[in-house]
Order: sequence, then structure tokens, then C-alpha cells
Amino acid sequence: MQKPGKTPKPAAAPLENPMIASDKVPANASGERLSEEQIWQLLEEVKDPEVPAVSVVELGVVRQLNWQDQQLVVDVTPTYSGCPATDLIEALIAEALMQGGIRNPQIKRVLTPAWTTDWITPAGREKLRQFGIAPPQGSASKMTLLGHDQQISCPHCGSKHTEQISEFGSTACKALYRCSSCLEPFDYFKCI
Amino acid sequence: MTQALTQQQTLHEYLLRLADSNLIISQRLCELCGKAPAVEEEMALMNVALDLVGQARNWYEYAADLDETKRDADTLAFRRDAHEYRNLLLTEQPNGDYAETMARQFYFDVWHYFTLQSLVNAPDERIAGIAAKALKEVTYHLRRSSAWVKRLGDGTEESHQRMEVAVESLWRFTGELITPDQIDTDLAAQGLAPNPEQLAEDWKGMVKEVLTEATLSLQADDAWMYLGSKKGVHTEHLGLILAEMQFLQRAYPDAKTW
Repeated sequence: MQKPGKTPKPAAAPLENPMIASDKVPANASGERLSEEQIWQLLEEVKDPEVPAVSVVELGVVRQLNWQDQQLVVDVTPTYSGCPATDLIEALIAEALMQGGIRNPQIKRVLTPAWTTDWITPAGREKLRQFGIAPPQGSASKMTLLGHDQQISCPHCGSKHTEQISEFGSTACKALYRCSSCLEPFDYFKCI
Repeated sequence: MTQALTQQQTLHEYLLRLADSNLIISQRLCELCGKAPAVEEEMALMNVALDLVGQARNWYEYAADLDETKRDADTLAFRRDAHEYRNLLLTEQPNGDYAETMARQFYFDVWHYFTLQSLVNAPDERIAGIAAKALKEVTYHLRRSSAWVKRLGDGTEESHQRMEVAVESLWRFTGELITPDQIDTDLAAQGLAPNPEQLAEDWKGMVKEVLTEATLSLQADDAWMYLGSKKGVHTEHLGLILAEMQFLQRAYPDAKTW
């Protein structure tokens, strides 16, 4: 209840999502707008929570940036329909943008066109390999998904003598393989 | 006599069929969590279930937007009773042994694959978008389940025998996959559902091809078939699935009261 005779303090402009808003003073609190390049740099710092070796930009899930008046709209697409990291990735992107000084960014989930492993950047592929995950081989558009398995190189020793253990690995986007040369098991990022 | 459905009601009903079938087979697969025959198989089954529940969510969200009583996706999934569910009878059948689990998945995947292949071209951006995404995932599901039908069918004497029993005992639930009702034909005429004749031909063709390669008996086209899911008439299994799946939502609506 408001005490009589006392005027309420003017409230600070509330952030849209107080749960993930940073307490830090935004880097560009002066109000100048970040360049598109600076925004992409902010997003490069957001890692895929399930494959922390790669950023959401390298993974190709951030599709587009648009300014609508004073609001930044970020188009984000999930890798798989049931990817359980989808909500978290969106929250992490919003958090990184707000920490970078962008007020009230809108994260828009888009399904079309459907995500494809072709969108994983060359740098992203190399990071996956260094992380121990064989990157997708070949192009999704040229792959006949019902056709024969591709020869997958072991990310540890480079051997081509590998065999599939399961169509699915630790997440829906990966399959489980084993190297017949160095005997190490590894995940393969499936081509879709 | 029932009143003719509006276009919105027809589409809503069809979207529920897609969503419910995905959700129920997904729930069945999840029953194997912690007790699949091998850890690699368990990961695969859970990932297939995850894909399907994600697709179900996409369909439910669309259905929710068309819902006349403004039910949201969670309400559609967790607050309807068995007679309101529109999932294919096949999807609610028990896991049985691994031959039955994979035979059920195979029959379903073939239907799902050709259905989505048609919906990708639907003159409705949202349907086409959800379908295009789902089709990539379901292509993998189909590759996996047909490989299992072949491996068990053309495997040992025992695995062959078990797969033979599985494909035969589930056959009676496959009729409704390719038996259209008024809703199917109405939507097919607009390109919003697969052409029933084409779907039946494609489904039968691929099933025949895989069963033959798996050295399994081909099943009779004129066998007696259970129909009913499109009217909400289900086998006894669905009620038990819902009892488990919906318990939390029923006991603690929206899980807000603990």
C-alpha cells in the first residue's frame, strides 16, 4: 500500500526479463547503437551448452539480426525439433546481448528454412574436430539420407577405419562411432 | 448426424492427429529409458523420442492457435482424456520385445516419412516448415528402424521368429494408417494432407520391400483391421499411458502447487 501524501519514486526502466538481466551497467549505457559487427562479436561468445567448443554463430543457429525501431530482433533456429537446449540457447543469447548493452532484445524462433549442418562454419568444423567430435562430412543437400554411410575420419588419429556403433550419440545431432585404428570411441556430427 | 466442420476445425483435428501420434509413440519409447537392451540402443531410442516430442510440440502449438476454446499446447497434451486423443492405434501398442518395438517403429516411420514428404509441399507455410524440419529427422528414424527389421528378420532363427510374430501381430493396426476419413480427403484436396491413394501405395510399397529383404512373410492386404483412432476409439492401452503421462498435470495443474 502506498502511504498517503508520499509520491512514488519514478521506477527505473524495467528490463524485459529480470531473471537473466545482468546487474552490470551496459557497456554502451550512453545509448549509442552497437554496429552489426559488434553484435556478431557478442554472439561469438555464446557457446552451445551441449557442445561448448563451438559458438552459436559457428553452429549456424543465429540466422539474422534486424533492428525494428529501437529493438533488436535476433532470428534463431533450433538444430533439431526436439533439441532440449533450444530454450537455453535463446536465453543465453538474450543474456549476452543485454550484458553487451542491448536493451530488451527479442529472440525470434524460426523453423524455416530448416537448419542444416551445411551452416556450420569452417572454423566451427575445425573446433568440433579438436573437441573430439567428427564434423559433418559432405553436403546435406547432396547426401541421400537413406543411402550408404559416408566414410567418417577419426577426429583423434585421422584414420578412416571407423565403424558406426549407433545411429544416435550423446545428443540427437550426433551418431556414435568407434575407430578401428586407435580404438577410441567418438561422436560424429550427422549431416542433415 | 454431426455438423459439418469448418475449415479451421478440420485443420485443428488433423494437426491433433499428427501431434498425438508423435507424443504417444514418444511416451512409449521413453518407457524404455533405463531398461533398453543395450546402452547404444537406449540412446538411440531416447533421441528418436526426443525428436518426436519436439515435432509434437510444434504441431500442438499450431493446433493451439486454431483452438476454439483457447487451450495451449500443454493443455492439449496433458488435459485431454483418451476419447479426445487422435493418435494412431499403432502408436499406443506396448513395447513388447525388441522385435515388437522396432516393428511398431518401422510401420510408423514409413507412414510418417511419406506423410511428411507430402506436407513439405503444403500451401501453408507453417505446416510446410514444421514438416521440412521433421522430415530430416524422420528419415534417420526410418533408416534405423528398417535396418532393425532386416537385421532381426534376416538374423538368427530366434530373431527371425520374433520379428515374424511382431510384424504379424501389429499388422492389424496398420489399416488406419492408410484408410482416409472425410477430414483426410478434404484436406488432401487442398494439399494440406497427403493424397490417400498415393500414401497407401507408397506405404505398402516400402513395407513390402523391407519385409521381403528381411525374409519375413508379407501380410495380407485384406486382413481385418482395427480402425477407430480418428473417432477417439482406442485400444485399452491408451488410458494407462495417459494415466502415467498426465498424472502430474492432473494432480498439480501446471505444476505450480507443490
